[in-house]
Amino acid sequence: MVEELLIRNGVVYDPINGVNGEKKDICIRDGKVVEEVRNPKVIDAEGRVVMPGGVDIHAHIAGGKVNAGRLFRPEDGRKGREAKTKVCRAQSGYSVPNTFATGYRYAKMGYTFVMEAAMPPLAARHTHEEIVDIPILDNAALPLIDNNWMTMEYVKSGDTDLLAAYIAWMVKATKGYGVKVVNPGGTEAWAWAKNCDLNDAVPYFDVTPAEIVKGLAEATEKFEMPHSIHVHGNMLGHPGNYEVTTSTYDLVKGIKPYRDRPTMHATHTQFHSYGGTTWADFESKAGAIADYVNKNEHVSIDLGSVILGDTTTMTADGPMEYSLYQITGRKWTNHDVELETGSGITPFLYSGKVSVHTIQWAIGQELALLIKDPWKLALTTDHPNAGPFIGYPIIISMLMSKRRRDESAEDMHSAIYKRAELPSIDREYDLNEIAIITRGMAAKTLGLHEHGKGHLGVGADGDVAIYDLSPEEREAGKIQKAFLNTKYTIKGGEVVVKDGEVVAAPAGKTYFVTPECDEKLTEEMMTHLKDKFEHYYSVTFNNYPVQDAYVPNPYEIKAPWRS
Amino acid sequence: MVEITDVVCSLCGCVCDDIVVEVEDNNVTKVKKGACSVGKSKLMGHGRIESPAIRENGSLKDCSYDDAIKKAAEILAAARRPLLYGWSSTVCEADKVGVELAEEIGAVIDNTASVCHGPSVLAIQDVGLPSCTLGEVKNRADLVIYWGANPAAAHANHMKRYSYISKGYWTAEGKKNKKLIVVDVRRTATAKMADVFLQIEQGKDYLVFSALRAMLYGYEDVVPEVVGGVSKKDLLETVRMMKEAKFGIIFFGMGVTHTGARHNNIVNAIQTTRAAHTHTKFNIMPMRGHYNVAGINQVCTWETGYPFAVDLSRGYAWYNPGEHSATDLLIRRECDVALFIASDPGAHFPGESIRHLAKIPVIQIDPFPNPTTEFADVVIPAAISGIEAEGNVYRMDNIPIRLRKLVDTEYMADEEILERILGEVRAIKEKEGE
Amino acid sequence: MGTKVNLISGRTIVQGQNLDNKLSEEYFSEVATCEMNKADMEKLGVTGGDSVKVKTSYGEVVVRAKGKEGTPEGVIFIPMGPWANAVVSGDTHGAGMPQYKGIDAEIEPTEEEVLHVKDLMKRYME
Repeated sequence: MVEELLIRNGVVYDPINGVNGEKKDICIRDGKVVEEVRNPKVIDAEGRVVMPGGVDIHAHIAGGKVNAGRLFRPEDGRKGREAKTKVCRAQSGYSVPNTFATGYRYAKMGYTFVMEAAMPPLAARHTHEEIVDIPILDNAALPLIDNNWMTMEYVKSGDTDLLAAYIAWMVKATKGYGVKVVNPGGTEAWAWAKNCDLNDAVPYFDVTPAEIVKGLAEATEKFEMPHSIHVHGNMLGHPGNYEVTTSTYDLVKGIKPYRDRPTMHATHTQFHSYGGTTWADFESKAGAIADYVNKNEHVSIDLGSVILGDTTTMTADGPMEYSLYQITGRKWTNHDVELETGSGITPFLYSGKVSVHTIQWAIGQELALLIKDPWKLALTTDHPNAGPFIGYPIIISMLMSKRRRDESAEDMHSAIYKRAELPSIDREYDLNEIAIITRGMAAKTLGLHEHGKGHLGVGADGDVAIYDLSPEEREAGKIQKAFLNTKYTIKGGEVVVKDGEVVAAPAGKTYFVTPECDEKLTEEMMTHLKDKFEHYYSVTFNNYPVQDAYVPNPYEIKAPWRS
Repeated sequence: MVEITDVVCSLCGCVCDDIVVEVEDNNVTKVKKGACSVGKSKLMGHGRIESPAIRENGSLKDCSYDDAIKKAAEILAAARRPLLYGWSSTVCEADKVGVELAEEIGAVIDNTASVCHGPSVLAIQDVGLPSCTLGEVKNRADLVIYWGANPAAAHANHMKRYSYISKGYWTAEGKKNKKLIVVDVRRTATAKMADVFLQIEQGKDYLVFSALRAMLYGYEDVVPEVVGGVSKKDLLETVRMMKEAKFGIIFFGMGVTHTGARHNNIVNAIQTTRAAHTHTKFNIMPMRGHYNVAGINQVCTWETGYPFAVDLSRGYAWYNPGEHSATDLLIRRECDVALFIASDPGAHFPGESIRHLAKIPVIQIDPFPNPTTEFADVVIPAAISGIEAEGNVYRMDNIPIRLRKLVDTEYMADEEILERILGEVRAIKEKEGE
Repeated sequence: MGTKVNLISGRTIVQGQNLDNKLSEEYFSEVATCEMNKADMEKLGVTGGDSVKVKTSYGEVVVRAKGKEGTPEGVIFIPMGPWANAVVSGDTHGAGMPQYKGIDAEIEPTEEEVLHVKDLMKRYME
């Protein structure tokens, strides 16, 4: 049976197709956007804001450390309790919601795709098992390939082709989407309770983080990868780290991307835009970072904007989490992963009464407001690190309302007027810009616009968010409310949310990339890899790759070798 | 005859995955390599529950799968305070159906962590857990401590594959590069291998951790001459070894979770690890027993928010271990129906709990007859995961590994049994709704 | 009146080998036992294989004495299983965990037979 849907009279913001607030009908047949429909079900959007389904470029929603966060924070679980319904499973959690709540809450905000931002390869099966239990959302995951012994050895020997062969194997073995970098070298050093700055030698491996980043960028661009390397740089969260950040950006400046996208996506940039030398003279350097991004085309960013309140921080940056735990004295979990990566988790409270947190809060928004071209940035909170994703509507309302920012600043620590720029910025986002930073940019940067995500052109996925919001609305509270619960969320042509309630919870698709590498090169790489399994891994080579059973709804994207 | 390599053992939390077996006429006929004696015993097989059965007038009467599943569903659908327990010796795919079933009937779902490392979970929820994968230990550890754990009996391949005897990148010569400390009440087979054996008085773990922790923070002066049966001299030597190690690890077992101080022991063990971490790299890991007890904790956590002892009677997950953990429910005689899968409370619960179980309807899903079968009212035989059925499991360090299917079977897999029970329960409820 | 001892339970290798085989003779001969050191056996006047009765506030059970070096004086060890669990405590002290180790017990020689697992379980049905 042909399923048709017509969304009538909406005011459409579809920036990838240059549609900026036009009254326009959207036709969907069999889950895809089409020119016209014959016997559709009709949804009258009545002058409401209509956007493509949201695309989150970076969030921690599934896998070992997310679950370790849930496990050791039952107090967080108690915050989001909702009983099961005919459609929905039982829900729990706020900063670390259970998998079901994760899917429902994103869908209620109009999101239909989320990138799980850090998948430890050895535990990739775990990430995929949880992803299967996240309803509604299409998804993908980025394997961590930077603190990896194979990577570091190839970077040291300068064998970029072999490194590319290894990346190809790893992305395939993990059913991953690209190359994730988290505190390159620093997490390996953390296995000895040490850390690395950008140009320090990694203990025993005799390479620097800078060399790792450059090597991985070069190797990644040997394929037609939809996404660039995705980088969480060194010294995250340290006062004065902004120069490390721009130096990291500089590393890939000369590398030519395979197509018109950046060669590096720098994630949760708020945490990397710090001035000062200690927490006492800590200040915003968002201006310096924005300036760099404004002048260059090879880097895209996402915000990692702070949501005030309690959250659960988690990252493969083991030493960073240890530092944070040293500051707060709260509970701390750490999990180092052999030959590959690590992770740390600790709860954290962002308080508007604390100067450092206030400045952090300002920095995320400053980045969005000081970077001129919204196509260079995506809205994230690095969920749950700077705050849970459920806070996105708060950020949206802040960016759209100078008045709301000013009112908020008045309640916060006065440092915001001395060591941050936010109060002096007048810019306000419009809905088109919001659509860019919540869908268009993320879809393009991930290369997903070519696979039907993030826009509403003919052939795109029938993923649509209808917000109970008039395009003229300027009141921040109403904007926030509208973006928290859609009037309708439509996923693949099916209504999944109506009037803020989940009415259907179909399974999402998992997008993964298959880099295609020369057989001879692969063979040579394989001799080195098998040696690692023979002597150092605690699982066998044959039991390592993620089996097809873990990806029941696959969507494969091939990435041919660039000749 | 076929040889199958990379076989994954479904016995203990070590989940060894380099086993080689021979299969002939649809039977595992030989374990050629990789398994310890316990794993080998599992792979070679034992007598099975031959047929589904329902108890009538005191004795079990064989029946069809359909009848047993229908009977189980009727019992569960009518239950007021059901307990669904076990889940640690099956695969995550089955565990997921279990959580769904618990949600459907408003049950308490609990797993064997409740009687092994439940206290460790409580401690982790208090202070967190600095840990790592077993390969980290293999490659880096130059100091291994087993505390209240006897791997020579309970995890027979642990030392060889992952810790004291294994060889890795910075430990190429195996135990020559490492030191072993064992802390136990008994001089166990593991203790006999140790460089330092601290034979502590039963139940005094908390005191000994406290002493070590004080010393690691530089407060030697507050430690008395003898703590929990261990001399101050030996404690100082232990602390010296901990500080001088490049990478230390504490593996702890039920010797610390089963005693009076319970989770307080583990909080102290983790705090001791953190104290050691101020000097060098130090990690700690619970020696998980069943091959997938870590897995049910994972599944239960991502699906409900909590790892064990989850009460779904309110429609959402309610977590308060010690109030509605399996033992508490049974001792209070609160639960009126129990389903046991992949576990054997008849053998492993205190007698007081079993006295209540003998009085209420009990459903058992298991490949093997065991003490629980003696009082079960519905018995449903299952395929053996890792031999007759595949699926995901989590090793003690939370690394997911896929069990392989080695032979065909007529027995139904746990996942299918549960799905069919869930289907029947829903059908009954729908009918009642009408 | 028996001798006061501290009862602990735990795994053994043969118990592990028979996890799926609990109705077997091998499981019975391994698990329905009580390990203690030689001095304690002498004090009790028993030798390996003799029946001993272990009593706690939670129940009593008959098992076979077994000499084991390395078990400290005053401590007895019964492998985890239905015999040990006949006498451990179900009180979880609010932590969900029964007390499987560190139970005050009394032990004495007995003429009574050790019950096989099926007969042991029957006691709960009465």
